[in-house]
Amino acid sequence: MIFLVEETLKRIQSHKGVIGTMVVNAEGIPIRTTLDNSTTVQYAGLLHQLTMKARSTVRDIDPQNDLTFLRIRSKKHEIMVAPDKEYLLIVIQNPCE
Amino acid sequence: MFPASTKTPHKQPRKQSISIGRGTRKKDEDSGTEVGEGTDEWAQSKATVRPPDQLELTDAELKEEFTRILTANNPHAPQNIVRYSFKEGTYKLIGFVNQLAVHYTQVGNLIPKDSDEGRRQHYRDELVADSQESAKVVISETENLEEDEEPKELETEPGSQTDVPAAGEAEKVTEEELMTPKQPKEQKLTNQFNFSERASQTFNNPLRDRECQMEPPPRTNFSATANQWEIYDAYVEELEKQEKTKEKEKAKTPVAKKTGKMAMRKLTSLESQTDDITKVSQAAKIVERMVNQNTYDDVAQDFKYYEDAADEYRDQEGTLLPLWKFQNDQAKHLSVTALCWNPKYRDLFAVGYGSYDFMKQSRGMLLLYSMKNPSFPEYMFSSDSGIMCLDIHVDHPYLVAVGHYDGNVAIYNLKKPHSQPSFRSSAKSGKHTDPVWQVKWQKDDMDQNLNFFSVSSDGRIVSWTLVKSELVHIDVIKLKVEGSTTEVPEGLQLHTVGCGTAFDFHKEIDYLFLVGTEEGKIYKCSKSYSSQFLDTYDAHNMAVDAVSWNPYHTKVFMSCSSDWTVKIWDHTIKTPMFIYDLNSAVGDVAWAPYSSTVFAAVTTDGKAHVFDLAINKYEAICNQPVAAKKKNKITHVQFNPIHPIIIVGDDRGHIICLKLSPNLRKMPKEKKGQEVQKGPAVEIAKLDKLLNLVREVKTKT
Repeated sequence: MIFLVEETLKRIQSHKGVIGTMVVNAEGIPIRTTLDNSTTVQYAGLLHQLTMKARSTVRDIDPQNDLTFLRIRSKKHEIMVAPDKEYLLIVIQNPCE
Repeated sequence: MFPASTKTPHKQPRKQSISIGRGTRKKDEDSGTEVGEGTDEWAQSKATVRPPDQLELTDAELKEEFTRILTANNPHAPQNIVRYSFKEGTYKLIGFVNQLAVHYTQVGNLIPKDSDEGRRQHYRDELVADSQESAKVVISETENLEEDEEPKELETEPGSQTDVPAAGEAEKVTEEELMTPKQPKEQKLTNQFNFSERASQTFNNPLRDRECQMEPPPRTNFSATANQWEIYDAYVEELEKQEKTKEKEKAKTPVAKKTGKMAMRKLTSLESQTDDITKVSQAAKIVERMVNQNTYDDVAQDFKYYEDAADEYRDQEGTLLPLWKFQNDQAKHLSVTALCWNPKYRDLFAVGYGSYDFMKQSRGMLLLYSMKNPSFPEYMFSSDSGIMCLDIHVDHPYLVAVGHYDGNVAIYNLKKPHSQPSFRSSAKSGKHTDPVWQVKWQKDDMDQNLNFFSVSSDGRIVSWTLVKSELVHIDVIKLKVEGSTTEVPEGLQLHTVGCGTAFDFHKEIDYLFLVGTEEGKIYKCSKSYSSQFLDTYDAHNMAVDAVSWNPYHTKVFMSCSSDWTVKIWDHTIKTPMFIYDLNSAVGDVAWAPYSSTVFAAVTTDGKAHVFDLAINKYEAICNQPVAAKKKNKITHVQFNPIHPIIIVGDDRGHIICLKLSPNLRKMPKEKKGQEVQKGPAVEIAKLDKLLNLVREVKTKT
């Protein structure tokens, strides 16, 4: 199982256009990252809050619902956040136009 | 000289003066004549002293008589007191002003005798006096007695003396009598106001502070939100806990009936809690798909929304739009030998890898891809021997039956993603001696055991049943080549075994199935008759590569062969209805699930042909090279049950997903005014029409 997950993360990282990936825990502390420290910390803190807010919104509307993923498309790149029960997986990709 | 005096009397001590002839003058209030009289003598001896500020008056003025009226009015009393009268709302003069002038007051302690207090006091005094008197009387009486005793002898009035003492005694007695009732009376008379306080003070103990200090209890800050969903979560957790306890009580073995996909996704709580990364697996999966979606965004959009607009101009022809390409490094040099869509998850399909080359036999692989993630398969299994065919169970979409080149069959369970198959046949359990060319799941048998059929070049059609985790085989039919029984000198009849290369079961008639052989014949067989065929069709000149019943029409089936032809049959008629020559060996042929008249065929020259009999009976409406590389031979084709796409596999291990253009998916045109009829009946009718045409032609010829 561990191997599979590692493999998956490696594949994601080596996918076309992916700038960086990081795994953040429930408190917003990055556990694993491919970017530099300051960027990671910044992303982790900000996105963690945003994800919590998004999840709260979704669940407030319908408690049986839950957030599957969050995509933020900006001019330069796309930030994809997949929340889990305890962790948050963040991938920054530059979708080739 | 007389001091002039004004009307107001003054209290100043007046200068002594001689008062002559002032009779009308009344005496002032505060001066007595005594003083004046007393000092007359003294004053006469001297001359009048005149004060320096005395008014000098003439004698006439001095003799003037002034009338002075003395009144009893209080000169200090105000004369014009006004009081506000509420009745009239104005100030009113008070007529009478109090003229009383108080010069001296003193609070005295004299009580009138007649008042209550006075009477009480008097009474008390009397009592006291009486007691004293009685005491005195006693004393005096005793004295008198003593005195009386002495003069008794002397005086001749004993009677009076005795009377006196008697009276005294009587008095005394009466007084004593009076005394005694009075004393208790007096004592009873306690005035409730006349109380005396009795207080006593005890020692006040000195106060002392005692303190005890402990370590403060450890404190942590706790904050939480109580949202609707948090409450809901709590309830759900409780429910789960309850259910778990119930299950434990019942002690049932948990039956995991989750489908193959979910097994990979959900992590049970029993699994490792120590390792951090495994918990991200689901999120990682989702993200991988998202990343892929981004990369292949245009493809995904095309898949969903693109409809070839040029089809309008192309009259009847259609095109195939290439979408995704699936390939894997490990399966690079292997051929795609089997394709199958998952019946439950419409984006998941299974690919079997092996080799068709007799000389180059290597390993095999089973990969399951999802359209959502074209870059990496969802499941990967490898095997020693090449996989030649596979089938996914309809009811249990996690069970995949495969047939190997070495004759073995195996069942892979997707829920347990080990590389090894869950069940595997072996030489003991009756594996085929030749490659297994096709496997197909059947309905569960009466004991609810899983059941599938396999056909192989060794001429056997075998039914495998999964009985208590073991594969048990039953030979259903042995394919015999008719007319080839040679007589061996011993008299035994040696049957040449036919090689089965393809088979297909009828959709409705359960026991009916078709088998295609290497000799080019197609046999119609029944499960119940193991020795005889129901029918034989001389189909092709070369090996039959695929047979397939029409999904709608119960009588029609189709076959393809390496002899470059695709033939469509009615199973009641020995000759084919339609024959198509495709200029190249046909690897696979498949009916479309949405129409009874549409089918696709792929050839070794890398082309895909799509036919629609309703539109064009003689030619393909689409004829397109689809291979990834020109040299690649396309081996298999499958239609997706719901999406308008087909997957095509080639002999280099590539799988290409293509979208069918609208022309290829045409539904029967509805006449104006008529309702659009949809459903199998329509399809059947459609095909019937065509067949009838053909049959008529045939009967005519």
